Amino acid sequence: MTGSSGARGPKLTQTTAVLAMCAVLIAVFSIFLNGFLTLGNLFALARNISILGILALGMAVVVIGRGLDLSQVASFAASTAIAIILMNSGYATPVALLIGFVMAIAIGVLNGFLISVVEMPPLLTTLASSLAVLGIVRTTAVQHYVVYLSRGHDEFLRLGGNIWGGVPISILIFAATAVVVHLFLSRTVIGCFVYAHGDNPDAARQTGLPTRPLTMIEYALCAAIGYIGGVVMVAQTALMHLQVAESTIIFDVIMVVVLGGVSLVGGRGNVMSVIAGTLLIGVLLNGMTIMDMDVQTQNIVKGIVLLIAILLDSRLHPRDEETSKQGD
Amino acid sequence: MKSLQRAWHRHSPQLFLGELLEKRWMEPIIPFTLTIAVFLAFAVMIPRYLTAGSLQELMRNFAEQGMVAVAMAFSVLSGGIDLSVGAVFAMSNFLALYLYLIVGLPLPVTIVLVILFGAAMGAINGGLIAYGKTRPFLTTLVVLIIVRAAYNKVTVAFTNELASIDSGSSTWDFMGSGRVLGIPVNMLVLMFLAVGTHFFLTRVKPGVHIMAVGSSRKAARHAGVNVKRVLFSAYVMSGSVAALAGILYAARQSSSGTDTGVGWEINALAAVVLGGISLAGGRGTIARAVMGAAIIFMLTSGMVRLGISGNLTTAIIGIILLLAVGFNVKWVKNKGKVLQKVYVTPSWVDFEPPPSVERGSGTPFAENDRLKNAEAIALNMIEGPEDVILDRKDNLYTVNRNGSIIRFLAPDYAVREEFARIGGRPLGLAFDRDQNLLVCIAGMGVYGVKPDRSVFKVTDRTTRTRTRLKDDSRLYLADDLDVAPDGNIYFSEASTRYELTDWALDGFEGRGNGRLICHDPKTGITRTVLKNLTFPNGICISHDGQSVLWASTWLCQINRYWIAGPKAGTSEVLIDNLPGYCDNINRASDGKYWLAFVGLRTPVYDLAMRNPVFRTRMVKQIPPDEWLCPGINYGCVVKFDDNGVVTESLWDPGGLSHPTITSVREHKGHLYIGGLENNRIGRIRLEGADPNWEAHVSYWGRA
Repeated sequence: MTGSSGARGPKLTQTTAVLAMCAVLIAVFSIFLNGFLTLGNLFALARNISILGILALGMAVVVIGRGLDLSQVASFAASTAIAIILMNSGYATPVALLIGFVMAIAIGVLNGFLISVVEMPPLLTTLASSLAVLGIVRTTAVQHYVVYLSRGHDEFLRLGGNIWGGVPISILIFAATAVVVHLFLSRTVIGCFVYAHGDNPDAARQTGLPTRPLTMIEYALCAAIGYIGGVVMVAQTALMHLQVAESTIIFDVIMVVVLGGVSLVGGRGNVMSVIAGTLLIGVLLNGMTIMDMDVQTQNIVKGIVLLIAILLDSRLHPRDEETSKQGD
Repeated sequence: MKSLQRAWHRHSPQLFLGELLEKRWMEPIIPFTLTIAVFLAFAVMIPRYLTAGSLQELMRNFAEQGMVAVAMAFSVLSGGIDLSVGAVFAMSNFLALYLYLIVGLPLPVTIVLVILFGAAMGAINGGLIAYGKTRPFLTTLVVLIIVRAAYNKVTVAFTNELASIDSGSSTWDFMGSGRVLGIPVNMLVLMFLAVGTHFFLTRVKPGVHIMAVGSSRKAARHAGVNVKRVLFSAYVMSGSVAALAGILYAARQSSSGTDTGVGWEINALAAVVLGGISLAGGRGTIARAVMGAAIIFMLTSGMVRLGISGNLTTAIIGIILLLAVGFNVKWVKNKGKVLQKVYVTPSWVDFEPPPSVERGSGTPFAENDRLKNAEAIALNMIEGPEDVILDRKDNLYTVNRNGSIIRFLAPDYAVREEFARIGGRPLGLAFDRDQNLLVCIAGMGVYGVKPDRSVFKVTDRTTRTRTRLKDDSRLYLADDLDVAPDGNIYFSEASTRYELTDWALDGFEGRGNGRLICHDPKTGITRTVLKNLTFPNGICISHDGQSVLWASTWLCQINRYWIAGPKAGTSEVLIDNLPGYCDNINRASDGKYWLAFVGLRTPVYDLAMRNPVFRTRMVKQIPPDEWLCPGINYGCVVKFDDNGVVTESLWDPGGLSHPTITSVREHKGHLYIGGLENNRIGRIRLEGADPNWEAHVSYWGRA
């Protein structure tokens, strides 16, 4: 009993601490930043964090299973780019989206295969696979970085719009995804397996969990949820810029996940942690944008915040370096 | 057809493969050949690739990438990873330009400051990783982002100044574009760096500690290595080397572009992995990192020259990285398993049905009870007395499993003392003319103990077989020995392919892996007399001193090799098709020889020896404790004469007190029995034997 409450302790405090920090940050920004606490900015904030949040939900599934997917952004960028090309060339929107979806899942399964069956370190695998995927897509389908969605897909673009006088639909999609992921993680057998897998992979394998298919499922889910985020991004902007994969979005995602309390040691955290992390990072990014910081300075600030987060995480959830695998 | 099959099993290519895989140069040879192959491929595809100018240009462009790969290698060898090398390289490039050309600091100060900057970045990485216990991959990735962002900021800020800079002094120009003996300066620096870091990692204590921590952090900690400080130093080295590369790049390009160093960490990582440096750490060399970098560099630059788009190049690097990492991980994990599966290469051995050993069958081998009531000497005071011998004062010497020679004092052998401690696993014993006790030691060679108990080495190596891949000059498994009248020491090496613990595997092979070796103490020369012998075990100089008798365990043969007389230098089979596996041979008082059977043949095992494919499958597919094994739970000793006729046998049916007999020694009308796995030495009275006969008198006469 003490053991389980001990394991729960830091998780709960971390999520609540992050929420508290977020509240403080909102308060500070509201006082010192002009235009922060306006309805327009709050809706913009919601629009922005919804994509980040959706991506982080996908990442959380992998991180809870003690993995990490650096190819998430590359994978959704590549598969949505393909989907846009198909839509432009006259495929029905659902069919095109479905093909992109299948492609994203395929990339995820491939990652999972390399990690679980070939036993490559997750970080290296996903780093290399993102290079490979992007390179292949750019040589075969997308010669230049940008793919524009041609006119005539207004219904699709409505996904990126607002309803009820300004509420962005994307935040609703984030909410729906969050509910589904929460139910998956807490109410389904596979969800419990993901926790078991992350908590102690060897024990999970030895008790008979199908850890290899499980790994593939985790990475496939990460890619699939990432794809949803990508679709929302396309719906908001009507284009997909492949350079997004070379940007630092993936680190924002990792930052959200780690800060919220989904520890990199695996088996910790839940959807609530992701929401808390998303709020914090979203507010931080929004504040920095209002302060008119340039991208590089933002990157430096984000990097330092992420370093602190990683340091704190390894303090709160220490791992055994003598037995941990290379590439963590 | 059958002979063809036999020849196949005798000279199986698997033998070659197994020994090839064991070679230490096997792993680096893959990146090496790959480097040569890629170079030749581009030399063919690209016109004027091999001209002096083109080669110089290649070297000049390669040097900094090679250095960044060396920087990466430091972190990977320490068991981590440093993704910030590309960004540190770029920032150092800018800093060198800024400090030297814009601020106007003297060149040496600039170089020192920039390298200090690299070391500081390494210190941040190393500090977080070693003392903050963060994950190397993520930590250095974030440092990469921060440094990269800072670099982008400063280059934009100093665009105008950087555009209008004047290339500095002649030293600066020499660093950038000079040549020594036709080799660009930066390439020379890379060469010195590679040699120096190699020396550092393999010969200098802090460097060796980096490798140790990479190999096994736990073992390093237990050995007293300060793991945290070593890790910290590895990242500091990595950062400094990356900074050095940045300085040279600055001198060469005198510009600081937005894409300087972008993606270099990925190339360096691919290089390191492609060079075969294990991501698990501790395994690999600097040379391999440089070779890997050369491959990656030639691929990327060659593809540019062939007009292949940068996107495809990125994809190809990504795929190469995936393949190399996958191979690397699988190889490190399964190398031992592959080697084990490939190594054992059974051969074809045909056996005739052996003479009957049935009780009352009338053959000299018929089972009896003559050893059943053997008196136990040194019961539970000895472990594994493989051989026993007695000296002129009737003291009993034997070998112990822990590597010592034990002496039991006459007359009742109740007092045990450690005569000498040598190490290894001592096996066969013999006295030479001067009362030195010579002993064959598995894993070490042949050693001797003087009567005053001082230990000396007789020999531990012999002539190497030139036609063989495996270096067989060291003695693997010296088994038994005897001394010829001229003082030459003849000893058997049972196997050159297996350690003593794996004797059963050598049995499955049934191949001529052993040899008969002669050491001449007068000249100190050791030479191989006969090779490709199948498990030569017991050695005995015949009573007339003209030949060496040696026992082949797996072929169940006694052979004779003539060392003197008209047939000197020839060998012959003296007894074939014995019913047991022969071990040590020793002289008997009546001019005959005692032979110990370590085990008895069984029809099933004989059948298995005729079927190498079956034995291969057995070794590969089922766990060792279920392997078919020779029957060693018997106790049997036989006596044969100079004509190869077996005259009698002594049995301990069922091997109750003397299973696996490896040695029998006659002394003053008694027979002393030793066994490889036994806890005692047996003794029986020999009816009708000369009660005054002593072996050393038979060898060397009365003192």
